[in-house]
Amino acid sequence: MFSYFIRKLGVIVPTFFGVTLVAFVFIRLLPGDPVLLMAGERGMTEERHAALMAEFGYDKPVLIQYGIYLKDLFSGDFGTSIITKQPVLKEFFTLFPATMELSFCAIFLAVFFGLPAGMIAATKRGSFFDHTVMTGALTGYSMPIFWWGLLLIIFFSGILGWTPVSGRISLLYYFEPVTGFMLIDSLLSGQKGAFVSALSHLILPAIVLATIPLAVIARQTRSAMLEVLSEDYVRTARAKGLGPGRVIGLHALRNAMIPVITVIGLQVGVLFAGAILTETIFSWPGIGKWMVDSIFRRDYPSVQGGLLLIAAIVMIVNLVVDILYGFINPQIRHTD
Amino acid sequence: MEEAVITQELDLDSRPVGRIALLREFWAYFSENRGAVFGLFFFITIILIAVFADFIAPHAPNQQYRDALLQPPFWQSGGDLRFLLGTDAVGRDMLSRLIYGARFSLFIGCIVVSMSLVVGVILGLSAGFFRGRLDTFIMRIMDVVLAFPSLLLALVLVAILGPSLINAMIAIAIVQQPHYVRLTRAAVMSEMTKDYVTASRIIGVKTLRLMFITVLPNCMAPLIVQAALSFSTAILDAAALGFLGMGAQPPAPEWGTMLAEAREFILRAWWVVTFPGVAILTTVLAINVMGDGLRDALDPKLKRS
Repeated sequence: MFSYFIRKLGVIVPTFFGVTLVAFVFIRLLPGDPVLLMAGERGMTEERHAALMAEFGYDKPVLIQYGIYLKDLFSGDFGTSIITKQPVLKEFFTLFPATMELSFCAIFLAVFFGLPAGMIAATKRGSFFDHTVMTGALTGYSMPIFWWGLLLIIFFSGILGWTPVSGRISLLYYFEPVTGFMLIDSLLSGQKGAFVSALSHLILPAIVLATIPLAVIARQTRSAMLEVLSEDYVRTARAKGLGPGRVIGLHALRNAMIPVITVIGLQVGVLFAGAILTETIFSWPGIGKWMVDSIFRRDYPSVQGGLLLIAAIVMIVNLVVDILYGFINPQIRHTD
Repeated sequence: MEEAVITQELDLDSRPVGRIALLREFWAYFSENRGAVFGLFFFITIILIAVFADFIAPHAPNQQYRDALLQPPFWQSGGDLRFLLGTDAVGRDMLSRLIYGARFSLFIGCIVVSMSLVVGVILGLSAGFFRGRLDTFIMRIMDVVLAFPSLLLALVLVAILGPSLINAMIAIAIVQQPHYVRLTRAAVMSEMTKDYVTASRIIGVKTLRLMFITVLPNCMAPLIVQAALSFSTAILDAAALGFLGMGAQPPAPEWGTMLAEAREFILRAWWVVTFPGVAILTTVLAINVMGDGLRDALDPKLKRS
């Protein structure tokens, strides 16, 4: 197990340095020089330009600049936003809980509906239910989620008037964030109606973000389940006279879960990509919207920092999934 | 990433030989999946619509009818048979724009798939063929690309290159690259252990010929399936970039860009929002269904149970 862990780490460390290199190169690849870019339309005098170039270290050789960049990273300095003048790390972690809350709810919805749907589809293979689930999953997988979000807004906010169009909670409520999760904070605040308001803001974006993971999980569960159901030990269990509930629920499900868990873990990247679109449509104040806004505001240090932090989070989660996978399935530890 | 392995008893002697027989065998497998055949016909229809857009579209895509702003589709009150699916906020015919939009989507899919397929095959072939340091180097770069969520990386690349359709396509091609490299490399590595490769080496076949003419054709099945599936991803991602204002720029009738322009009218004019999305969804769905069928037909090992 330990050598497996070391091997995984051996891959992730160089990848991480590659990611820092991408983030570092990003600002230097932008057309024009970085200081003039930050100045935007205003322009500046020669002396001011030279002074700023020196201040940000852009006058040094590129390799030394990269060294300084790495040193700053490891001392926790991810740059400073040129719009808000706040450290990027602080901005990121102020907004991060909003994205986390949305992603958790989305993955919950996806697992809650995707697992049973895939399981039942597999056990009733070829039935009407199976066809419906598989068609639905393929449709969800092909869904342009930004359009799906707009449709839901038209229907639930426009026609029915059930849900608000944007934000995390109604402006009527105010309380200090404790956990950063609006659903929990609104309950803790004890204000009447706060939780319902938070929930009604959350539900549509969560559905939109859950769509693709839901489709993937349903498909994956179905095919994993089908594979397991044709195994000898399942036949033996049936032959012993165990009821279908016990065979499917206990024997088959346990082994079918292994690939499914991996797939669930691998949805983190998908969730971040989805969060960019979902948060933009619903004006959800999270990381995705912040990244898009930063790109449009030409706040390049924020884009750079965000890019690196998001990649780091995705890599860490994937590493954890890999290790868990090796833990559940000993076979994987010994193969390359 | 999924699928059970079905062990098929292949009677090697009775396998068909020759191109036509192979095609017939392929069709026999492919047409088993009725959804896939439907997807194929839908896709061909879209290609025809795109090719003959000039003859089919009732209006020019950017022609503005100032007397008919935000007119609903013909079956609603206030609709007009002149504009079957209504008009947008500056009086352009929705149907004509959707028809011309098919051109954009197919163009995007073709260019992105060709770019990432060609580069991916060359990189994957080199990695799998030469192994060693070159292999490690190429695969580490691909790991780095995969560490970023695809849409985010595409977005940042477009920010560097400047927002335009061409740059969006380049960005999407780069983001899709690793999948082709990994697939090609894996296929090449399993082919390299086979006898015919050793035999070719012994009779002195030159390296390049061995790579591209002897080995590569035997690695094509998973690549074709991947090409079909990434064709649809390319359309989706390009539409997403267009929607975020980072893809095709207005007034281009690209479906994602049309949605971006329509956003402010969502509560007043449902048709300007609904139709471009339906176009994206049905096109992508048709290609994905077709891709599933292709996988079943070309790659029995990956066959869905």
